[in-house]
Amino acid sequence: MRYELVIIGGGPAGLSAAYAAWGAGCRSICIVERDHALGGILGQCIHNGFGLHYFKEELTGPEYAERFIELVGQTGVAIKLDAMVLEITPDKRVHLVSSAGGYEVLEAGAIVLAMGCRERTRGAIGIPGTRPAGVFTAGTAQRYLNIEGYMVGKRVIILGSGDIGLIMARRMTLEGARVLACVEVMPYSGGLTRNIVQCLHDFDIPLYLSHTITNIEGRDRVQGVTVAKVDADRRPIPGTEMHFDCDTVLLSVGLIPENELSRGAGIRMDPRTNGPIVYQDMQTSLGGVFACGNVLHVHDLVDFVTAEAARAGQAAAAYVKGGRAPSGRTLAIENGALVGYTVPQRIDMDAAFDAVDVFFRVRAVCGASRIVVRDAAGAMIASFGRAHLAPGEMETIKLPRVSLDKAQGALTVSIEEETK
Amino acid sequence: MFDVAIIGCGVIGASLAYTLSQYRLRVLVLEKENDVAMGTTKANSAIVHAGYDPAHGTLMAQLNVRGSEMMEALCQRLSVKYARIGSFVLAFDEAQRAQLERMLENGRRNGVPGLELLDSETAHRMEPDLADEVCAALYAPSAAVIDPWGLCIAEAEVAVRNGVTLALRTAVTGLTDAGDHVRLHTTAGDYDSRLVVNCAGGWGHEICAMTGQDEWQAYPSRGEYYLLDKSSGDLVSHVIFQCPTAAGKGILVAPTVHGNLIVGPNAVDVDDPLCRETTQAGLEQVAAIGRKSVPGIDLRQSIRNFAGVRANTSEDDFIIRPAAALPRLLHVAGIKSPGLSAAPAIAVYATQLLADMGLPLEKKPDWDGTRTQICFKELSEAEKTALVARDPRYGRVICRCETITEGEIVAAIHSPIPPCSVDGIKRRAGAGMGRCQGGFCGPRVLDILARERGVSPLTIGQDGDGTYILAGRTKEGAQA
Amino acid sequence: MTNIICITCPKGCHLSVDEQNDCAVTSNACPRGAEYGRNEVLHPVRVVTSTVRLEGGALPRLPVKTDRPLPKEKVFDCMRLLDGLTVTAPVKTGQVIAAHILGTDVDIVATRSL
Repeated sequence: MRYELVIIGGGPAGLSAAYAAWGAGCRSICIVERDHALGGILGQCIHNGFGLHYFKEELTGPEYAERFIELVGQTGVAIKLDAMVLEITPDKRVHLVSSAGGYEVLEAGAIVLAMGCRERTRGAIGIPGTRPAGVFTAGTAQRYLNIEGYMVGKRVIILGSGDIGLIMARRMTLEGARVLACVEVMPYSGGLTRNIVQCLHDFDIPLYLSHTITNIEGRDRVQGVTVAKVDADRRPIPGTEMHFDCDTVLLSVGLIPENELSRGAGIRMDPRTNGPIVYQDMQTSLGGVFACGNVLHVHDLVDFVTAEAARAGQAAAAYVKGGRAPSGRTLAIENGALVGYTVPQRIDMDAAFDAVDVFFRVRAVCGASRIVVRDAAGAMIASFGRAHLAPGEMETIKLPRVSLDKAQGALTVSIEEETK
Repeated sequence: MFDVAIIGCGVIGASLAYTLSQYRLRVLVLEKENDVAMGTTKANSAIVHAGYDPAHGTLMAQLNVRGSEMMEALCQRLSVKYARIGSFVLAFDEAQRAQLERMLENGRRNGVPGLELLDSETAHRMEPDLADEVCAALYAPSAAVIDPWGLCIAEAEVAVRNGVTLALRTAVTGLTDAGDHVRLHTTAGDYDSRLVVNCAGGWGHEICAMTGQDEWQAYPSRGEYYLLDKSSGDLVSHVIFQCPTAAGKGILVAPTVHGNLIVGPNAVDVDDPLCRETTQAGLEQVAAIGRKSVPGIDLRQSIRNFAGVRANTSEDDFIIRPAAALPRLLHVAGIKSPGLSAAPAIAVYATQLLADMGLPLEKKPDWDGTRTQICFKELSEAEKTALVARDPRYGRVICRCETITEGEIVAAIHSPIPPCSVDGIKRRAGAGMGRCQGGFCGPRVLDILARERGVSPLTIGQDGDGTYILAGRTKEGAQA
Repeated sequence: MTNIICITCPKGCHLSVDEQNDCAVTSNACPRGAEYGRNEVLHPVRVVTSTVRLEGGALPRLPVKTDRPLPKEKVFDCMRLLDGLTVTAPVKTGQVIAAHILGTDVDIVATRSL
């Protein structure tokens, strides 16, 4: 079977990419989704706050997903559900297995990677102690609670103040559990301020910044945890221990882009994002393979995923119509002071464009600052003012073509805090 | 009345049950947990040692080398993952090089095949990521890696299929000498058996104490481990040891049969075999010593930490002998490292001792000592296609990280020893062993388990009894 | 005096709202903060999102929300009300599950078609 475009993943990124590619004239598209329904993780994110940028109204996760499922449903995009992609080869053959279709190989003119991300686990951060039941990633607990209708515990400690953890603090509380504390190893929260206020403050749940769980107790089920303050190197400080009796620990300690298929295809990865290195059209190092959404870098707003995936879908459609892989003059974008990563990491200067949107995250909370872009010679290419920057909130800047044409060598994006 | 009652179904009890199942005997296996392979068998280095380490002339040396010889064919018969990849013991200075020479000599006397002392250059050529400081290595090509719980489960399954009775959730609380037999008192009633075998692992001394005589002291020793993602699984291609000390064989770095990298264990004296917690200090020690052998270990790739407890005792050797105060009881106790390596040989040796104690060994003509297990991801494209066509459940991937299908999970649930927990499925089918550690597939496995067993999801545990996952339903408020 | 964190923008100003002085807001960086602070103290409201029991559907729970913000002090009353609801499939997104709850003009609506 051959499709002009195969999209791996039917979550918000895959749906938006498919819709945009169809809109750009591509008429042979297949979405391969491993779950039994489209929509991805949005199905279990039943809270509101989605769509303010894209639909200009506040939607819940399932509502946001349903709008895109309906839009894609009105096109001729083929959809394979309950179908697991096992391998992508460099010549763009997609190997997959499903109950309905058995083992299949799809030949693709172009591929959009939209596999999303997975949650970091206890093993990844090495919390010491016993290994009882009752330690869940926040997303797993969210699925049990919102989709299947089960409580995972009654007395809960949440490690990590990422948005899923905060949202789950509120959900568990509303459903009758006692959330004793939210513990964050960093000196600032990884979640949106709005969630700190509405999920923790509303219910008097304490947030312990610069603290971590140093021990988990209980042989069969969690019986308690020890929480301690950490120093600047995130090492527990002896003598600061607090004990909590609890039956559940929820982990909201980060998301990891799910790129095993990308690596298998030999696509070059960025160790900072754990996602593929891409050009401004979301094209990876493998020509005709594009990436968008949380498989590229972890987003906090689905609206940005939608917009990014639309760019990837349009670019993939253009590639199918006789597009090209970037090969000529490219500008690399490197991280300067306080910048954690950028997406894209490369700009294809031979492509036609008016401006490039660059997304990035800062590595620390910053007050009034300037985002400064310089070239290799140190010349300022662009500069943008911001009143406030935080690692929990993705930033974006627009670099116009006219400025980029002047650049000599690689660009560096850095943050310069304004002295008060 | 049983002919033989085996106390404990770790890899030693299961190996003995497997061996005895080929004879016309009434065999009972008593296990206190809700599944087999629940003690040291599920938390160890998963290595089949070559046998150069145990002192020549000991039972340990003899059974280690013999077990290592038997293991490959046994694993093949049972569809258990096994890979003979060879091992290195590293020397970092001249004193350790001398130690390697003594181990080489001891190993040759033990009958270990193919031992070789490698110079630094050869060692680094064969294993490029070794630390620069390595000045010599003892190479043992017969060492292997194995799926230890897989071996235990497979042997127990074949034993059950061949008529052995397995009683789970049955802890032995006392033994009474009844003359021509022993009465076993358990948490699930009394059993009578002509002969009894103590395969209770870390609890072996407690069984011994039930005879009224303490023959040894237990010195349980905990070892902590890191398990790294498959992306690190090819960092080394052999099992990498450092020179052994009094505390044990030291911290190893090795690929696992599942494709991960394992680093550990340290050795910490603990109170009892249930002390399986990890500690910050212990993990840091494991990391530091592991990096001494292989500096490139990337602990950001860690997917799990765990700890196991060695069944060390006051005796240096394995304790395989009739009990002093109860002649119908055979101890197969104190089976510390290299117990897993020696397990098949221990079973044969113990069977011979049981024969000496009066057990009649008459072979069943119809005994089938093999087991097959479908592993979807290891099939060819054509085999996958055919399998999904025959049973569509093999087309539904439940565990994304390890590519484990619903078909494999359902097959595990309906196997001869049906698992009742999510980890029971993990040990049989491999679902949840990967980098997300069951975060994605856990709820689905729980759902399939409840459906196939016809029970409420609320009753499904993570592992042993009491490890409940779900605390209740939402929206119970107005339900009648 | 009540201290609250402004959520109108990512900056997160720590506002002080003086109930003794006509809910005057200080420490705000912009007029939106003043408005947020006053409303949050005078009549705080929240959208409630949760689930109700679903019968005959592909899933055992149906996600729902209040179609507009509810007075904050009624949030737990709303949860108790949802505890008592059972819906039978099929359900369409936006379908009213319970109208004018708790003496308000707020409806509970489905947020997924099941």
